[in-house]
Amino acid sequence: MAKSQTALDSFAALGDGTRRAIFERVAARPSAVGELARGLPVSRPAVSQHLRVLKEAGLVSETPDGTRRIYRLDPRGIAAMRDWLDAHWVSALDAFKDFADEQADQETPE
Amino acid sequence: MSIAPIVRTVEVKATPARAFELFAARMAAWWPRGKTIGKKPHVTVVMEPHAGGRWFERDAEGTETHWGKVLAWEPPGRLLLAWQINSQWAFDPDFLTEVELTFAPAAGGGTLVTLEHRDLERFGADAAAHAATLDGGWPTLLGGFAQYADTQT
Repeated sequence: MAKSQTALDSFAALGDGTRRAIFERVAARPSAVGELARGLPVSRPAVSQHLRVLKEAGLVSETPDGTRRIYRLDPRGIAAMRDWLDAHWVSALDAFKDFADEQADQETPE
Repeated sequence: MSIAPIVRTVEVKATPARAFELFAARMAAWWPRGKTIGKKPHVTVVMEPHAGGRWFERDAEGTETHWGKVLAWEPPGRLLLAWQINSQWAFDPDFLTEVELTFAPAAGGGTLVTLEHRDLERFGADAAAHAATLDGGWPTLLGGFAQYADTQT
């Protein structure tokens, strides 16, 4: 349940237009707060606030670079996608095995 | 950002040639119900048997919904597919990830089928590209994951 809560948080986090714009820029290129604020009609503290929400939602992560902090896309978001796809392939291959073995049983071996 | 590919194996009783044939030509018979992307239930899944061939599902009315294409058709050992279903679970000709199947003889006369789905980081780029739209890609894929996660609890 904790994971789906994160998904709901992510949805809410992207419900704000400015926040989506910040997220898009971070996704396009890892950036510092100052770089992000320069291209947007909002103050630097406002950008920091939005980044905090995005970070709590698991959409962006930050890494220190000297005195600055660089924000980038959080790979956990993609990890969620990967988990989902992985589960899909597990069930698809299980279904394939059931079908293929059933066919093999029906075909007389000798 | 690079994401580790998904690699899964399954062993079947059939020979590699037969396993390849069942996998590719009889996909509609075994593909899990409800795991297709067409608006209506599929009656068949077609994989045209050559490199460059189309890969699509068809419903009872004949409507075709594309999944991707065949990149390499090398029976009995290898099949390389382009999975062009994006993070919004829709076909996108500009989106491409690779799914490679190998069919290797197993000790008992059967076949070891290995599936590798790679280029997964492209889902992230795709999701980010959709994030600014009303039905943002990122929430869609996480929403799909949330549904899956809920079934696991």
